[in-house]
Amino acid sequence: MGVLEDLRRVVGEDGARLAESGDRVAEVPPRWVVAPTSTEQVGRVLRIAGEHDLHVVVRGSGTKLHWGAPPSAAELLLDMSRLGGVVEHAAGDLVAIVRAGTPLRDVQAALARSGQRLPLDEMLPGATIGGVVSAGTAGPLRLRFGTPRDQVIGVTMVRADGVTAHSGGKVVKNVAGYDLGRLFAGSYGTLGVLTEVAVKLAPVPEARAFVTRPVRTPAEVRDLTTRIREAKIGPVGMEVECPVPENYRRGGTVLRTAPDPDSMVLLLEGPADGVRERADRAVEALGTDTTVSTRPPTWWGRYPFGPDDVALQVVTPVGQLFGPVYSLRDAAREIPVRIFCSPAAGVLHAGVPGGTDPDRVARIVEAVRTVAISHGGYCQVLAAPPAVRAELDLWGPIDALGLMRAVKHEFDPAGRLAPGRFVGGI
Amino acid sequence: MDVPARLAAVAERLTASLGRSAVISDPAELGTYSCDGLARYAVNPGLVVLPETTEQVVEVVRACREADLPFVARGSGTGLSGGALPRSDGVLVVTSRMRRILEVDLAAECAVVEPGVINLAISREVSPAQYHYAPDPSSQQVCSIGGNVAENSGGAHCLKYGFTAHHVTGLEVVTPDGDVVWLGGGKCRQAPGYDLLGVFIGSEGTLGIATKVVVRLLPTQESVETVLAAFPDMSSAGAAVGAIIGAGITPAAIEMMDALSIEAAEQAVACEYPVGAGAVLIVELDGPAGDVAAELAAVRGHCERAGAFELRQAADDAERAEIWKGRKSAFAAVGRISPDYIVQDGVIPRTALPEVLADIAELSERTGIRVANVFHAGDGNLHPLVLYDESVPGQGDAAEEVSGAILDLCVRHGGSITGEHGVGVDKAKYLPRMFTDADLDTMQLVRCAFDPGHRCNPGKVFPTPRLCGEIPRRGTTPHPAQAAGLAEAF
Repeated sequence: MGVLEDLRRVVGEDGARLAESGDRVAEVPPRWVVAPTSTEQVGRVLRIAGEHDLHVVVRGSGTKLHWGAPPSAAELLLDMSRLGGVVEHAAGDLVAIVRAGTPLRDVQAALARSGQRLPLDEMLPGATIGGVVSAGTAGPLRLRFGTPRDQVIGVTMVRADGVTAHSGGKVVKNVAGYDLGRLFAGSYGTLGVLTEVAVKLAPVPEARAFVTRPVRTPAEVRDLTTRIREAKIGPVGMEVECPVPENYRRGGTVLRTAPDPDSMVLLLEGPADGVRERADRAVEALGTDTTVSTRPPTWWGRYPFGPDDVALQVVTPVGQLFGPVYSLRDAAREIPVRIFCSPAAGVLHAGVPGGTDPDRVARIVEAVRTVAISHGGYCQVLAAPPAVRAELDLWGPIDALGLMRAVKHEFDPAGRLAPGRFVGGI
Repeated sequence: MDVPARLAAVAERLTASLGRSAVISDPAELGTYSCDGLARYAVNPGLVVLPETTEQVVEVVRACREADLPFVARGSGTGLSGGALPRSDGVLVVTSRMRRILEVDLAAECAVVEPGVINLAISREVSPAQYHYAPDPSSQQVCSIGGNVAENSGGAHCLKYGFTAHHVTGLEVVTPDGDVVWLGGGKCRQAPGYDLLGVFIGSEGTLGIATKVVVRLLPTQESVETVLAAFPDMSSAGAAVGAIIGAGITPAAIEMMDALSIEAAEQAVACEYPVGAGAVLIVELDGPAGDVAAELAAVRGHCERAGAFELRQAADDAERAEIWKGRKSAFAAVGRISPDYIVQDGVIPRTALPEVLADIAELSERTGIRVANVFHAGDGNLHPLVLYDESVPGQGDAAEEVSGAILDLCVRHGGSITGEHGVGVDKAKYLPRMFTDADLDTMQLVRCAFDPGHRCNPGKVFPTPRLCGEIPRRGTTPHPAQAAGLAEAF
């Protein structure tokens, strides 16, 4: 029996089809696309994949499908777009259960009707909750609320062998059994297929204020971060945008004038009176160039890279980010690298134009990684065009890789799920 | 070689490498370590070892591997689920000599500590610089960070600040095979690769022994306000909690006590809670001063509208401690009104509280077993104290039954059999009420990856061990004392 027929028996005529060019995973073309509508169907699809010896890659809305290494094989693309919807929103308990294929913005819209939210930023428009959790993406709110692993309180997943399993539950406090939600967060779909996620929620704050101040150097950012901490302003997010200097964007001659100042933006949330009072205090602490707005800058909660750029993520201990920023600028020289930092969380994202010579990119990554590692941090290439990727070690050194391989082997002994997409060839 | 001979060989090897003072094999001294905070289960360990360094822990774990003996890690022994219950056929690795705060890095807002460091010692160390370590289990004056990591400990303030998993960013771990690895990002808040740190925390000592712990330090809040509200009954107090949470306020803590637990606390520590209260709430708010002031006014209003007949607000830290005194002493205080008691730990969706309380009352009435209720009300974590008298024939069993029935209530309402005390040896039999065989089997895939030889705290958490790959099952037979019915009969 053919693969398509087998799949269609599970998901119906319109739930499975032959793959097209738009279905590629990085540069790897799948042969079939299947869109199940239930956890049970995912289980049956994975069993079929086992019978036909197919490798499977999971797609939510596809915003991060090119992240990581290209899978060594991906005959079957598991499309989660029909496995969406909010299963349960227990507003009084500040908990929701959501199907993995639900776009994050739809989740937020549903929660907003009860004055609640999932405190995770939608970094890539259209991203699904399953994709956000699987890639572990987070934005400015990470400072107060952490990353997806901190919001997930329960998961339903289907293992590579088609068996459905759960961990956690739908209460925020729970230490019964191992927490597989944290293990699956950021695992790039290599351990199993997440089908439902239970998350803890937060109230939508009564008021928000964005406090903006121009900054000139990474060292100044570090000093201001300390001042903000001492002034007890309590931001839930703190971001610095380092714009690409105007003069670098004009082709031909490279001018050496001072770049535009960076801007540091704090997000304050809470009761209206409290936010107003803290915004005033922030202005006092940060100086007269500081402005207050109720609206975020356009770059807030976005990445400094597009789908065709080289996407870097650098993590350091809090207070150590300035080193990698300097090294990044030094190494980039005339190349217009865009940088967004979360200095109080120790996270930086940078975008190097995709057309940059692969050798140059490799040298930039090497320079930044060396500095990051010397500070106890990491420099990871989230995504890069194929020619560039071929020249790069995407992750750099990884601790406990042997244990990670052992975990992968236990969950997916045949290497059926996104083989080769993750760290160390996992 | 039989087990006693292997234990003797390991004792000899470790005495040679770690020194005489690090190894305890005298039967009388071993008795000191027979149980953790849950004294109902007690077993003398085969051997106790007190390493002082990571290298010594490696030596112990390798000795166990080579002799094919199980080992159990123990911090301060305050756990309440028997997670550190020793094995008579194994080695108990006590971390109490690994008690150094290795580094405080205020610029990076973190500290690196050894696993035997007492929870409160970290906050004491950094409080002059206006920092603290957030998770604050009630036992924080004596419990160790290593134990907190094993149990993913919370505390009264986890409603707002989360658990150990949210405050530990890196771990140096000795794996069950005796290798030293770093999990997590060290001083960084995240790292590439699987979140093995996240699954290790809360694994109850079954995946290895943590030997260094990187903890996050939080700046002290500008303002803290604590209110004690007295209500005529539990349902009005419950309504106040619902109103506060429903209004979008996230207090640092909301604690609830019923009349029986108030009575006990009164007798034990003269906490002087308002006379005639059928329930009290302790609500603590912290944050920037302006925010706290606004929320405090709202909280007072919600309490009054729900029927609070008295509100006390702490004017300073001394008064705050006075308010907390009754709550923090509640478990031990119950000893004043009952010769024996079981501290239960279950979780329900907070909104199910009225229903579950009614069910517990009904259960209590039907069985004649009194239940005092103490809750972390904000997150639905119940600590019913099941009171009984061991000297009355049959009461111990009846209490055990009531205690188990309360867990069933929690599961039926979509909750959990443990919010913070862990599964350990005590609740392994209840775990299948929450999870299917497939769920438990899947969790144990992680265990097989870390500990295929099944030597690391075997017999805890999972009621049925999973056969890992092709590796023959070892060390998975029931604990000899349990098999003989001795452990539970204690």
